[in-house]
Amino acid sequence: MATFKDFRNDVKPNWCPGCGDFSVQAAMQRAAANVGLLPENLAVISGIGCSGRISGYINAYGFHGIHGRSLPIAQGVKMANRDLTVIASGGDGDGYAIGMGHTIHAIRRNVDITYIVMDNQIYGLTKGQTSPRSAVGFKTKSTPMGSIEQSISPMELALTVGATFVAQSFSTDLKDLTALIEAGLNHKGFSLINVFSPCVTYNKVNTYDWFKENLTKLSDVEGYDASNREMAMQTLMKHNGLVTGLIYQNTERPSYQELLTDYSEEPLVDSDLNLDQAHFDKLVAEFM
Amino acid sequence: MEVRDLLGKVLHLEMIQTTYFLHIQRGVVMINQLSWKVGGQQGEGIESTGEIFAIALNRLGYYLYGYRHFSSRIKGGHTNNKIRVSTTEVRSISDDLDILVAFDQETIDVNYKELHSKGVILADSKFNPKKPEDTEASLYSVPFTEIATELGTSLMKNMVAIGATSAVLDLDIHVFEVVVREIFGKKGDKVVAKNMEAIQAGFDYMKEKMDANVPTMVLEKADGKRRMFMIGNDAIALGALAAGCRFMAAYPITPASDIMEYLIKKLPAVGGTVIQTEDEIAAATMTIGASYGGVRAITASSGPGLSLKMEAIGLAGITETPLVIVDTQRGGPSTGLPTKQEQSDLMAMIYGTHGEIPKIVMAPSTVQEAFYDTAEAFNLAEEYQCPVIVLSDLQLSLGKQTVEPLDVSKVEIRRGKLVTEELPEIENKGYFKRYEVTEDGVSPRSIPGMKNGIHHVTGVEHAETGKPSESAANRNAQMDKRFRKVENIRFNTPVYKNAPHEDADLLIVGFNSTRGAIEEAMTRLEKDGLKVNHAQIRLIHPFPSDEVLPLVRSAKKVIVVENNATGQLANIMKMNVGHAEKITKYLKYDGNPFLPHEVHSKCKELF
Repeated sequence: MATFKDFRNDVKPNWCPGCGDFSVQAAMQRAAANVGLLPENLAVISGIGCSGRISGYINAYGFHGIHGRSLPIAQGVKMANRDLTVIASGGDGDGYAIGMGHTIHAIRRNVDITYIVMDNQIYGLTKGQTSPRSAVGFKTKSTPMGSIEQSISPMELALTVGATFVAQSFSTDLKDLTALIEAGLNHKGFSLINVFSPCVTYNKVNTYDWFKENLTKLSDVEGYDASNREMAMQTLMKHNGLVTGLIYQNTERPSYQELLTDYSEEPLVDSDLNLDQAHFDKLVAEFM
Repeated sequence: MEVRDLLGKVLHLEMIQTTYFLHIQRGVVMINQLSWKVGGQQGEGIESTGEIFAIALNRLGYYLYGYRHFSSRIKGGHTNNKIRVSTTEVRSISDDLDILVAFDQETIDVNYKELHSKGVILADSKFNPKKPEDTEASLYSVPFTEIATELGTSLMKNMVAIGATSAVLDLDIHVFEVVVREIFGKKGDKVVAKNMEAIQAGFDYMKEKMDANVPTMVLEKADGKRRMFMIGNDAIALGALAAGCRFMAAYPITPASDIMEYLIKKLPAVGGTVIQTEDEIAAATMTIGASYGGVRAITASSGPGLSLKMEAIGLAGITETPLVIVDTQRGGPSTGLPTKQEQSDLMAMIYGTHGEIPKIVMAPSTVQEAFYDTAEAFNLAEEYQCPVIVLSDLQLSLGKQTVEPLDVSKVEIRRGKLVTEELPEIENKGYFKRYEVTEDGVSPRSIPGMKNGIHHVTGVEHAETGKPSESAANRNAQMDKRFRKVENIRFNTPVYKNAPHEDADLLIVGFNSTRGAIEEAMTRLEKDGLKVNHAQIRLIHPFPSDEVLPLVRSAKKVIVVENNATGQLANIMKMNVGHAEKITKYLKYDGNPFLPHEVHSKCKELF
């Protein structure tokens, strides 16, 4: 059995002291150990941005790709080897701006991977521009007069495109976050976990204190039922999206790979590549 | 060449194909080649008419070469399907036309100039066909629609046309029966019988109406061998299957979609699948993911898709992830001429993506080569751990033709330095040196799931374990290592050569589908008394200078024939082998493939 320490490597993250991403990294390492993974059976695929560096900070197979494309890479890895546990991760710019197309379609497709978005409502690595998660009026280097664009509500959006697992957390709630990541890893299908992970350098509005003041734990909402999509939507709207916990889970819908016709039960990576003569002759005969 | 008709008059053929008329007897012309075209409005069944005609003749052992003229719309707009039938292998559309089947006046107006003086137009009486004044070809107004309607449905007008064609060719219409049964069998025997009746009716009508002055064109008997009849895209997909490809991610686009459509039907039988992604970027990056995961994977697109895949190609380059990409070129830029022939992606494929990466670009020139080269692309991608682009063009990808047998036993599977044995434990959780600086530049490759193979992969410049590094020394070491990989690339036949002359008057150079037109032009130029060599470049990058330079040196003149406006291959040749003073270009970028006579006359102009 591996422990969370086995998922640590010797690389020192280049995040600012106090960055929310440190806790997300720790929660991922703990969750991986808790669900019984070995480092070589985990692949962490990340995008570009401060948070995108996370794949290099975990002792596992890590792939740091291009901006906004962690999801298609991660789905490709999972298709190649269904025995691997695959986590995609990145920031809100990566997943909800440049990569939004992939986010929506990955949710629809429901390949069995877990997507963790470190949401700080700002562009950090490029030193402070607006993000699709920035609130209207938010002043940044690219919106000196305040943002005039509506902010995206990723959780509501996920529900409308057929998500089977939607959760949200706050980076300081290490225990809750770890449990949600575990639940996501155990979910048979696509799991989206949005984590409020404050940027201490460029976001002076959505601070740790701001989140503490504004977040509502779903466990405190009386009668909340995470299998009820309508309730999930109403609760999100009521709280302006600022809730934490498991928002929605559908355990009925099979994953993409389970729905595919004749898709190999053995990982594709183990298949014999030689096409035998009889099979080839059959293929060729169709052209004659 | 002088040919006399049955009345002893000299026939003037606008363009004379190689060994066109064999001999002429009373009322009958024996031919070893036929050029037949059917045209009408898109959505009228023009394609299936051509298909039935072609499949039946292919089964008789003839060699066929088809080219479809179509527009980027589903219904309406002129479309035609030109099919060349021959007793020997053909790889180009023909210069002229023997029979034109027209379902509307536009078909006549657009195509009649291709008909030679003894050509025949078979037109539907329904639109009251008019023969243009400046043609000696004969026109027959045949009640295609009327006969079909009388037999039950106007949909069968195509069958009537096939029957009328058979009369002109004195072809036994029973050759169509098996094909008609294959297509309509599901709808029951009655439908099959009705369609055969329609063919018979067209045949009978035409036999009776044929003017005694128009000789029946009888095709010399073919060898009766069953051969494949396929498009280049079929061969590409088949090549991927033969190479052990198990996954494809792609986004629909003309003229590449056939590859994904074929593989989605065939991959499940070997446990694999195709994902139709949300866009081309996802297609490329998902393919990279699958390949990183250890599976042979492919993506295919055309120019617009390749433009979107460029950043991903750079990622595969710096992360040394094997990546096989097909680019079926079409008319560009932007949406350009989406259903027309062009070869203008060459430079983009060689240099595309920002920064510098090692890359392999191959350009098969026949359907057979498309099969073997695609299969080989998977080997090269894994051996050199870099992107491999299989370049095709619309004419090669969509031109349906008879293909000599493919030998799957010739397809090797070589996976390069993929780790296959258990790896030793690394102390202190150290990372596996996935980017180890080696003599040949290729590093051992572990894949996720392998114990002791953990390493990092990043598009950021990195050190041997994959961890980011910006040090100047490391940068040099890694850049040099990556480029070292392709310095001595082994590629079976980088250049297709037909170079019989040590001192040639002319060297003709092309790539992809121009091969057939060049070959025919070469035969005619040789007959004209010129010494001609031909080189079709199959490995575009890294450029096979060692193979090309001697050919350029030994030729008095060099002409590069390509479907683009700037002479991209000619420029690449000049960059790599010099001799700029003797390299000329013959360029065509109007959306149509080269015809043999065009290449022939252009080359003659040089002398």
